[in-house]
Parts: sequence; C-alpha cells; structure tokens
Amino acid sequence: MAQARRKERIDRGIKVRSDSIYALSSWEEIAYLLGPRALLIGGFLLLPVVLLPSPYWSRVALSVCVVALLAVSFDFLANFVGLVSLGGAFFYGIGGYMAAVASTELGLPPVVAIPAGTVLGAAVCTLLLVPCLPLRGIYFAIITLMYPLFMTRLIEATEILGGTEGFRGITGFSSRWTEQYGLIVVTLAGVFALRRFLAEDAGLVIRAVKDNDQAVRASGINVTWTKAKAVFVAALFGCFAGAYYVHMYRNVGISSFALDLSIMPIAATVIGGSGTLVGPLIGALLLVPLSELLRDFGSLRIVVYALVLTGFVVLQSEGLMNFATRKYQQFERWVRV
Amino acid sequence: MNARGERPILEIQGLSKQFGGVKAVEDVTFQVAPGDVFGIIGPNGSGKTTLINCITGFLKPTRGSVRFNGREITGMKPHRIADLGVTRTFQIMRPYFSMPAYKNLVIPLSSPRAKRVGGWRGGGRHGDRNTVAVDILEELGFERDSRVPYKIAGTLPTGYLKRLELGRCIALRPEVLICDEVFSGLSASEIASLVPLIEKLRDQGITIIMIEHRLRELFRVANRVMALSYGEKVVEGEPLEVIDHPKVREAYLGSEEGFTC
Repeated sequence: MAQARRKERIDRGIKVRSDSIYALSSWEEIAYLLGPRALLIGGFLLLPVVLLPSPYWSRVALSVCVVALLAVSFDFLANFVGLVSLGGAFFYGIGGYMAAVASTELGLPPVVAIPAGTVLGAAVCTLLLVPCLPLRGIYFAIITLMYPLFMTRLIEATEILGGTEGFRGITGFSSRWTEQYGLIVVTLAGVFALRRFLAEDAGLVIRAVKDNDQAVRASGINVTWTKAKAVFVAALFGCFAGAYYVHMYRNVGISSFALDLSIMPIAATVIGGSGTLVGPLIGALLLVPLSELLRDFGSLRIVVYALVLTGFVVLQSEGLMNFATRKYQQFERWVRV
Repeated sequence: MNARGERPILEIQGLSKQFGGVKAVEDVTFQVAPGDVFGIIGPNGSGKTTLINCITGFLKPTRGSVRFNGREITGMKPHRIADLGVTRTFQIMRPYFSMPAYKNLVIPLSSPRAKRVGGWRGGGRHGDRNTVAVDILEELGFERDSRVPYKIAGTLPTGYLKRLELGRCIALRPEVLICDEVFSGLSASEIASLVPLIEKLRDQGITIIMIEHRLRELFRVANRVMALSYGEKVVEGEPLEVIDHPKVREAYLGSEEGFTC
C-alpha cells in the first residue's frame, strides 16, 4: 500500500524575519520585501518606453490600466466590503460622461476635467446605489448590472447627453508621454493607496462590515454610511478610468456602458487573484493583451477567451497572485503521515 | 422613580413583539436602576433575546416603549442606540473571525462614540488604538505577553470569544451593558473567572443586564431578577424571591419538583 503523505507548508525564514522590525537588518531582506513591488512598479513604468515603436500596443497598455482600475474596484467591493458589483461599466460610463461634459460644455482642460469627472461621477454613482446598500445578498449585484443598461436606454430614448451621438471634440492630452504616464502612475498609486487605506483603522472598519455587519452595528457604527463611503472609493477608481479614457479617444458615447466593461474586470480579478488588489492588476496585464491577440480568431475569439477563463477557474482558482505569494513566502515538502 | 427613589436608567413600558401570529414578547414592563445588575431568566423560547433585540434596536417592537435616561429610544437604529451607550453582546458570538483578537476591538474604538466619550488615550493615531485594544483585552484576562491577543479570532476558544464580545462593548464605554448568555457554553472554572469581571464592570458604574440560564452563577452577581415565560413577565424582584416563586418553578420544571440552585 502506498505510504500516506501530505504536503506541508512552512514559512521561509526570510519571510518570518522580514515580518518584523528585523526586516531592516540586511540588504537581502529589504530586497526580499521590495523586490516584487519594485518589479511590478518598474515593469509598468517601463511599458511606455518599451512599447514606444508601436502606437497600437501603447494604447493596449492603457487599456490594461483601465481594466485594472475597474478590476481593483471590483476586488475591493467584493472581497473587502462584501458587495458583489457587476457595475464596472456603470462607474466607467458615468465618469466618462461627467468628464466629457466638463470638457465640452465647460471647456475645462484635461487636468481639471478628469478629476472633476472622477469625483462628481463617483458621487453620482454612490447616490444612485445608496438605496440598495441596507440590503444584504444579491440586490447590489442586480442593481449594478441594471444601471448601465438603464443609462444606455435612457440616453437613447431621451436624447440627453448627446443622445446616440455622444460627445465629440473633447480636449486631448498635450503629449503622448503625458497620456501614458498619467494613467500608469495614477493606476499604480491608486492600488497601493487602497492597500494602505485598508490597513488603517478606517479600512479595518470597512473589512469588519464584510466579516460581520451586526457586530459593527452593535459597535455604534453606521453600516450603511460605511458601505456608502466604500462604494464612493470604488466608484472613484471606475470613474477615473472612464474620465481618462474619453480624454484619450476624445469622444464618448453609449458604448461606455458596454457590458464588457463589467465582465472583463471580473475575469481579470479571478485570474489575478481575488482579495489581493494587486492580483487584478496582473490579471488585466495578461487578459487584455490576450484578448487583443485573439482578434485574429474573428468570432472564435470569445470561444478561446472563455476556454482560457474556464481553465483558470478549474486549474488555478486561487488566482495567480495568491499562488505566487504562497510560493514566494513558503516552501513545501512532502511528509509521511 | 423606583422603590429606592432612583431615576431608572432604562424604562421598558408595555413592550410587545409579534412575529406574524406568534407573540414572542407580550406587554413586558420593567425598570432598571443605575448600577443594577439586572438578571432576566426564563426557559428557552420565553422571549428573552427578542426582548433584548427590541431594546437595542435590532428588532422594532410591535407596541410599547423603551426609554434610556428618560429619552425615548424605541425603534431607533441599533447603531444609534449603541452610540447613546446601550451596548449588547450576542448569544451567538460574532467576532470578526478573520482578524486578530485585538483588531476586533479597534473597530468599536474607531466608532464615533469611542472617539467622543471614550477617553481612551490618543483617540486618533493608528498605533494607539492597537495599544488601547490590548489594554482592554488584558483587563478581560487575555494575557498581554502571551500570543493570545494577537491570535486570529476564529482560532480562539469559546471562553476567550465571550470575553472578546464583552470587550467589544466595553470599548464603547457603555452606560448599559446587556449580556446575552455570556456564561452559556463555559465550564464552571471559566464562569468563576468571569464573575469577578462582571462585578468589576458594575463597580465601574456600568449598569448590567444579564440574560442567563446558569442561575446559580447569575444570582451571585444580580441584585434584581425578572422571570419571563411565554413572552410574559412572571415575576420581578430580589433573586431569592424570584427563585422561590411557584410560577418560576413551574415554568422551568413544569411541576413542583425541587429546583437546583
């Protein structure tokens, strides 16, 4: 009979040491801590330089950032607040339209119109989502899925916000470098800022709502208000993506509410690793270029895409980031039971 | 005013709660004086927890009123009531399972009430709340220098979880602390170590309401006891009067048989 064995996982010594103050005791340990972060940040910052010869792939790199922002927004709401949002497209579209109005109607330059579109858009999204925040369960998912559809039809039917034509003639960026680095830097800063925020006490309260909202209520904290703040933060990410993108393409239309923009980020989160915030970034980095490459397959694109996703869900359901973190921090060995 | 001429801190007047046709609590009236340890006893299903849920806002009473320090709090949201200083533990313990024990207390310490009346040193900075949280846990019997306060709450044994529930309330510096069966599921020695804790909280000026099945232990700390049966108040008074009351014996034992106390 085969000897019964099980896999044992043990933290690497360097991981244990660098958890505490000793992290600063040697270059090796500092490098261990900073290495992965530096790789990610450096890699993203190099993208515009590496992709300089190809304007097409430069644009794809920016699409990566847009999907990453939406994916981080999804990951944050789903795994830290406990709200499953299917409304990436809603955040994106509202942010895009707000920025477009700020640019075309008020004549604001991008440096003002984008932040204005982001903040106002996030405020509008939050206000519209507040009614379903006291409810638990799938209501939030349903409402967030419905809103983009609602917005599309509303704009079509009433001809508001430029109707089916949308807005054109939005002021673009002054240079390609500004355009590229503006988005990449904000994306990276946003992700790391969100991670820091979640480690603070205010972030802890948000995570507590996911763990156990009754106990948060019993602690004299308004759960609905806390959720509203979290939704605002998540909407900031989505709205920024939309506001930035309309300035890149200098127009906006009802395609900004396309369902793809809700689905793609979720796929990126699943591949990258749920609950890590950085994982979605990596997921987007793989998924968006893959999706571009698959354009050659024509209508089979979605089939291949779906196969890749299914493969990931079945074979690597924890996501790349969780897998990589485990490998980086622990070693495994077989032991006899 | 009650018999001792004190203004009650909590007045419950004609409180009823119906779930469809089921009368869970029926016309219950009682008062709790400041500094009391007020016990509520009754067999399973007699409406004790429903009563607490109505007082703390987790359920809206069908009829009746709840007053706290003379102020009407009936039907207020739970977080508003907790914010006023009426806190409760849950019978089914509800720690934040994925967080370390001390982080469980950082959440109530971040609440508006803790910031306002807490008087914990250093209300604002991140590091300070952690220290205060460990201080509170130490008071509750978590050995400071052991690893216990830093363990993930989900891995703690029941005794510590009960203390954590109490800690979550104490962090709010409450005026009224309502304990829903803190002794249940604990061994005799664990209860013996909790009783002095309850006494200490009472001596700090916190009014305590205890729902309890463990009558012997309850009667060591309670100075007034109310018995419920089928949602109705049967009797209220000194612990010994209550326990000798025929209706209480009947409710618990269904007969005139001896009562273990």
